[in-house]
Amino acid sequence: MSLRSNVLDLRKRRKEVQMGGGEKAMEKQAKMGKLNARERILALLDKNSFHEYDLFVEHSAKDFGMESKVLHGDGVIIGTGTINGKPICIFAQDFTVEGGSLGLMHARKITKIMDHALKMRVPLIGINDSGGARIQEGVNSLAGYGEIFFRNTLASGVIPQISVILGPCAGGAVYSPALTDFVFVVENISKMFITGPSVIKSVLGEEISMEELGGARVHAEITGNAHFYATTELECFEQIKTLISYIPRSNAKKAAAYPPKAPLKGKKIEEIVPVDPRIPYDMRDVIKTLTDGSEFLEVMEHFAPNIIIGFGRLDGETTGFVANQPMVLAGVLDCDSSDKAARFIRYCDAFNIPIVTLEDLPGYLPGVDQEHAGVIRHGAKILYAYSEATVPKVTVILRKAYGGGYIAMNSRHLRADFVFAWPTAEIAVMGPEGAANIIFRKEIAEAENPDEMRQQKIKEYKEKFANPYVAASQGYIDEVIEPKETRSRILHAMKVSENKSVYLPSKKHGIPPF
Amino acid sequence: MFEKKELRELVIQGGVYMTQYSRKFEERVSWEAPDENKLYSFIPGTIIDIFVKPKQKVKEGETLLLLEAMKMQNQVRMPFDGEIVQIHVKKNEVIPNRYLMVEIKPKK
Repeated sequence: MSLRSNVLDLRKRRKEVQMGGGEKAMEKQAKMGKLNARERILALLDKNSFHEYDLFVEHSAKDFGMESKVLHGDGVIIGTGTINGKPICIFAQDFTVEGGSLGLMHARKITKIMDHALKMRVPLIGINDSGGARIQEGVNSLAGYGEIFFRNTLASGVIPQISVILGPCAGGAVYSPALTDFVFVVENISKMFITGPSVIKSVLGEEISMEELGGARVHAEITGNAHFYATTELECFEQIKTLISYIPRSNAKKAAAYPPKAPLKGKKIEEIVPVDPRIPYDMRDVIKTLTDGSEFLEVMEHFAPNIIIGFGRLDGETTGFVANQPMVLAGVLDCDSSDKAARFIRYCDAFNIPIVTLEDLPGYLPGVDQEHAGVIRHGAKILYAYSEATVPKVTVILRKAYGGGYIAMNSRHLRADFVFAWPTAEIAVMGPEGAANIIFRKEIAEAENPDEMRQQKIKEYKEKFANPYVAASQGYIDEVIEPKETRSRILHAMKVSENKSVYLPSKKHGIPPF
Repeated sequence: MFEKKELRELVIQGGVYMTQYSRKFEERVSWEAPDENKLYSFIPGTIIDIFVKPKQKVKEGETLLLLEAMKMQNQVRMPFDGEIVQIHVKKNEVIPNRYLMVEIKPKK
């Protein structure tokens, strides 16, 4: 045998394995509107950057006829490559090979690339498209899942972990994405659930379609399991590339800085926010007057939309934004919005991303459903996350900052570094209406015209307390600023906070309320 | 895709705000005080046996029916001495969660 024939033999072997489950299975995958595993990797990574490993790994199962089955690559592709020139590790389950089912060697390939990612301190991207555990491999497939979950946890807060759900991801398999930082879903393609519709029907008699039970929209809007929602796989890959541009490679680095850009010229910040605190506006418009190039990558856009979280750049530096959204539920805090914001704050803190908080909320959402759903422990998460975060933290109060909401939204008392307020800010225990009703209950009840008296007392209270100056007089607000100064004030605050260094009591870890 | 929503009123501590409702907020279940004379299912399942009839007097702790769910036979018992008013389920009927199974009333 010559070298040439050896090389030709290698090429032939590679080609065969790269056909995954074969032509028919590939066609079937395409018919479902899905790219195959290899196409996905190539579409996501920089051109010619993908390098594959473990191509020739084979399963070693011997039961239930498995001994005669050849499963190319054991149903998963692993490798390294770059996105926007930044190195990443990736695995993609191949549904065309035995339904992408997870057996021992399949799991070993995944854990191998996970170990690489953690060791090399680079982001890990997992593309999930699998029918679940390979039942023929019994407890070995369960062991495989466990080994993956363990590594997800170990890597959490050290390297960014991204899960892309491009097919079914059911049963125990869903817990790997749930442990990762960002989950991407695509309409009509992603399906995530613990127990599927058929089991639910046979055991419980409840009938529901797969899409309604665990489709992309459900996870983007109802469960909060997904962070990014796209209508096509290619749109999803663009979202991933954008996200990667904002985040650092690991917790030991800062996100790469971009050339600073001014925000686009458009509506002025002071024209967006109505003076009347009861009239809504879209807080995203405010964020876009602050960020470089007016660019903003919103995270969890459809879940708990009463709070906005996402990434933008200030003077070229990645910044996390947490902002109440008066457009939805008046921007209240509730179980879901607290949970959403708290996890994002912890993400930013873990990965050295400073946080800007934009505040305009009337407090917590009242209701039996909220109380019974545990708004106390969920609400506590946001207090915990802000208090614990040691990255630079800047708050701007635009209008309302009432009660517990004022404390929770990165107040001075939770160790915000800078707190600014607009002259339209109202920092008080509650809104004028509620406060007047309580403080002047007697006067209102005894008045000849209670309504008139109530209005008068509301007005009195407003004049006295519905402003930023009481808080400013105590030093809780660092400065009352003009709306048009907002960006320059934030930029300066971030600039002087660059070398922020605080010491927290040493501990193994805290016990946040989750 | 996600559709745009209209502005509606939301009252927080006396303040009236114009705002959109989220889907979860719109779909929230309003709370009702529990009525101890109504026995609801606490899990979806199948009624596999019924031991009582309307107007029958029943002592506290007596089993009224069996609700099978998740391979477990759950005994639904009388919470106090009283009488069966009405039975809303049949044998072998598959019922959802929070389904009204039996109405009862206490002994006078």
